[in-house]
Amino acid sequence: MKVRAQIAMVLNLDKCIGCHTCSVTCKNVWTSRLGMEYAWFNNVETKPGIGYPKDWENQDKWKGGWDLKRNGKLKLKQGSRLQVLLNLFANPNLPEIDDYYEPFTFDYEFLQTAPEMPTPPVARPISVISGQRMEKIEWGPNWEEILGGEFAKRSADYNFEDVQKDIYGEFENTFMMYLPRLCEHCLNPACVASCPSGSIYKREEDGIVLIDQDKCRGWRMCVSGCPYKKIYYNWSSGKAEKCIFCYPRIEAGQPTVCSETCVGRIRYLGVLLYDADRIEAAASVANPQDLYGAQLSVFLDPHSQAVQEQARKDGVPDLWLEAATRSPAYKMAMEWKIAFPLHPEYRTLPMVWYVPPLSPIQARANAGEIGMQGHLPDVDSLRIPVRYLANLLTAGDEKPVQQALKKMLGMRAFYRERQLEGRDNAALLAEAGLTQAEAEDMHRYLSIADYEDRYVIPTTHREYAENAYQLRGECGFSFGNGCSDGSSEASLFGGKMAGKKVIPLKTMGGRGTENKVDY
Amino acid sequence: MDIWAYLHQFLFGFYPYIALTVFFVGSLLRFDREQYSWRADSSQLLRKKQLRWGSNLFHFGVLVVFTGHLVGFLMPEPIVLAFMNEHAHELLAMVGGGVAGVAAIIGLSILIHRRLTEPRLRSNSRPWDLLIVAILWIQLALGLATVYFSSVKVEGYSFQALIYYVQGIVIFRPNNADLLLTIPWVYKLHIFLGLTIFLVFPFTRLVHIWSGFASVFYLFRPFQLMRTRRTRQARGVQGIK
Repeated sequence: MKVRAQIAMVLNLDKCIGCHTCSVTCKNVWTSRLGMEYAWFNNVETKPGIGYPKDWENQDKWKGGWDLKRNGKLKLKQGSRLQVLLNLFANPNLPEIDDYYEPFTFDYEFLQTAPEMPTPPVARPISVISGQRMEKIEWGPNWEEILGGEFAKRSADYNFEDVQKDIYGEFENTFMMYLPRLCEHCLNPACVASCPSGSIYKREEDGIVLIDQDKCRGWRMCVSGCPYKKIYYNWSSGKAEKCIFCYPRIEAGQPTVCSETCVGRIRYLGVLLYDADRIEAAASVANPQDLYGAQLSVFLDPHSQAVQEQARKDGVPDLWLEAATRSPAYKMAMEWKIAFPLHPEYRTLPMVWYVPPLSPIQARANAGEIGMQGHLPDVDSLRIPVRYLANLLTAGDEKPVQQALKKMLGMRAFYRERQLEGRDNAALLAEAGLTQAEAEDMHRYLSIADYEDRYVIPTTHREYAENAYQLRGECGFSFGNGCSDGSSEASLFGGKMAGKKVIPLKTMGGRGTENKVDY
Repeated sequence: MDIWAYLHQFLFGFYPYIALTVFFVGSLLRFDREQYSWRADSSQLLRKKQLRWGSNLFHFGVLVVFTGHLVGFLMPEPIVLAFMNEHAHELLAMVGGGVAGVAAIIGLSILIHRRLTEPRLRSNSRPWDLLIVAILWIQLALGLATVYFSSVKVEGYSFQALIYYVQGIVIFRPNNADLLLTIPWVYKLHIFLGLTIFLVFPFTRLVHIWSGFASVFYLFRPFQLMRTRRTRQARGVQGIK
């Protein structure tokens, strides 16, 4: 047993209202730069739909994630290591920017300079890449927002497998849900395994997967290796970039920007302890439907004495062990089993988990329009087909999803009766497979969702990692090369200027002197 | 000493050492000081069209040509003669280099066409990107011309002299440039431009060639990589409070 800790995220899709605040705040902080306009470390998709980039879930096409070799060992779906190297010159599985969308701005100047004309002037789109006028914007990061576009196109959604999808094209039967997506910070990341220069790594302390911007050579194998298509090639800097899980915030004990700003309060961050020795076995179980269970078996019980002892030996700080016992991620994934990994069949063991959404059912149930099972609405007659959710979250195994939905329905029904009629109906809980304590806990975490319950993030011990005295005066976030932002124009070595930046130091109360201090 | 003799001495006696020094020291400095700028600079994301044929033909062609030059010129004579006679060696160089060179120049032509005609790439090409592909194209054309000149046994050409010359650079042979006195101008131009490519190498995207060779280590490393910021001492301390 080798105990490691990771900050895992859980998203309660039942409460996602699709407002895109997470995407926008993330973009403002991390990707509002040249070469990254098209990249959304966090994006929200309306499902069913083919998503962003187009059809990303179709691994027959994009070859992301892992496969099993005939001998039961893992191999990258995009090929053996030798094949990866042979594809360096032209990666056959790399999306083109049009698969995301061509980033655009508008010709606002024309609004000022337009001559007198019979119609009001219009600001037409301009490509950010070529600077040329675009005749038409063909696609965007969220083109299918709230079921935009024809059903025929959206229904190419990979999750419709084994679903009689035609009937969901009819207006009466249509359904939708939101799916916010970010880097999964996997336990068995395919991007790390795909990188020929070894520049991508997982951090031992908190499990965050990062790209060393200095070491990245722009071979782009990680872009095709990641089945979630959450690594983006910066076409200006020639380096790959990805969601950094807001590690400067996480290190300080603060939630990521997407979590902090979530209007629906759907996001949870907490420590999960895992056994690093079990990862390979869990990722290579034969039946894809067993992968969800296999990943659960990798997680360790933070309350167990033996686990705590081993964790201390492996260098997990006490602060983290204490946080692990209060982790919302552990409660949802392990105790209540209402959170699931996104597409476990990719075999990357993702660490951003999802609570499946209920559909608007109570009114319909009351009107007798959907079936009841005992006192609870029948989960199989929900608006969103269980099979669809199962394809999304458990490689098609419907049972765990059904049980989770049942628990959520049961908790709701229980609280509804408690609040409206002032009595506790134990029969409801028994049907849902919950104890009263569990139901009350679930209510606290899912419905009340206090800030302190949602985010239990221990700080890292940077003071043990480096000499803080030497770091004073350094810039916080940079692209390597000291304080360079990597975008200055001229340099001896091809375009990207490095070197020290002079930070002007203004002295207060003097005679307006301005000292320049060279760090 | 007349000016032409001096120029000959400078370009083929001294220039190789200037170029190679800049090549090695420049690469080292850029790797040490400017690693963020060290990348292959692929444009595949912006336009997939034409890249697969162009890039593969060019890169595999150039790899063969490069390996041919490296091994063919620098392999000590006794070892070469153990496998083939000098005539076979020359024939292999011409046929192998010729075929690979043609593949490379076709590929590069496709890539240049792609870069110049696609607006997305045209507007994102730095001056050096265009200059370096132009230099490489001319160098490939010159290389193919030497194959032709060798095949017709042009006057003054000697395969042996070229080999001695290249090896002479590596072993610091005095008066090395004298070996090229009778060599026709195509060969001289090819050598000069080749040395110039070494000279500009550290200042262009060509540095990714180093990394391309380094990526062979990928075949032997474990799939998953971890890093820790904890110092060894901190990891040794049990139960950090």
